[in-house]
Amino acid sequence: MIRNLYFSFILLTLSFNYVKAQDSKAVKVIKFNDLENLINSNERNIKVINFWATWCKPCIKELPYFEALNKNYSDKNVDVTLISFDFVENLDGRVKTFLKKKNIQSDVFLLDETDFNKFIDKVYPSWSGAIPATIIVDNREGKNVKSFYEKEFHEGEVEQLIQEYFN
Amino acid sequence: MTKHISTFILFFAISFISFANGDEGYDVGSKAIDFKLKNVDGKMISLADYDDAKGFIVIFTCNHCPYAQLYEDRIIALDKKYASKGYPVIAINPNDPKKAPDDSFDQMIVRAKDKGFTFPYLYDDTQEVAKAYGATRTPHVYILDKASDELEVKYIGAIDNNYKTPSEVTEKYVEDAVDALIEGKKVPNDYTKAIGCTIKWSEA
Repeated sequence: MIRNLYFSFILLTLSFNYVKAQDSKAVKVIKFNDLENLINSNERNIKVINFWATWCKPCIKELPYFEALNKNYSDKNVDVTLISFDFVENLDGRVKTFLKKKNIQSDVFLLDETDFNKFIDKVYPSWSGAIPATIIVDNREGKNVKSFYEKEFHEGEVEQLIQEYFN
Repeated sequence: MTKHISTFILFFAISFISFANGDEGYDVGSKAIDFKLKNVDGKMISLADYDDAKGFIVIFTCNHCPYAQLYEDRIIALDKKYASKGYPVIAINPNDPKKAPDDSFDQMIVRAKDKGFTFPYLYDDTQEVAKAYGATRTPHVYILDKASDELEVKYIGAIDNNYKTPSEVTEKYVEDAVDALIEGKKVPNDYTKAIGCTIKWSEA
């Protein structure tokens, strides 16, 4: 009896740890060249890269639309990546808590850079630097066709936009 | 005939350029408009009120944006350094408080008092000034130089190249620009970009 209890306890602990590990989303801290590699990668897909931060209200408002896109288009070779501009010091606390609470399933990277004047033009020349912003790269035919949106998407807009790539 | 066509094309091109400018705000070299906006002390402020100014450091900023907050002390330092040299800071909050409640006029009064702002902190309630200037984010700096009756845009962009750690700044864009203007030199780097919060535009 006691042995069984002990066993269940271990099982419980194990499963708890398993659930915990599943829940906490791994967030890779990246530098600008990693972002550049992501934007220009050779993978033959449509990349949707959204720039956001936990403190940016319009960004948070539109995140569920990107999550929906990630879910509904995963079998259509559409790859959603969320690039956080939060401070790297806030990764373990604020950012991970937020991702867990909102149950974010898309890939999340945290861009740890400070001198953005050097980088913004390289992401897209017309970007003023405001977030939310989203870059869509259509590389299905290896042509890396980029579109940039310095705006907040409303419900359904981003999915409609991606659907047009398939029409 | 050919000459007429070229004139026509030139005219068309110029109208197009002016149109494009009007649509997207100022570039370096544009003539900037003056405005009359309410300050946190309740008074209406215009650039024309500053008889002795040689120019202005106009900064679109706000209360809620973390980037704007990180720059508050540096904005105060800019005003302390340059107001006496003829280039005062004029801060303008263009955000719609319906979208960013922390940026209401009442909250601006609180923030200006808490931080001890030495410069006017104006409320662009119609967002017309931000639109005219072409501001897109906070903080977003426009350095203006007064030449006779006109205000010419001499610099657009960020305050410096490290929003996070002032001690690690290696390029002080705004200081370099104002120093150049004071010395009558050309602004070395007159257009920069930075990450910032979008201006919270009112829904039409």
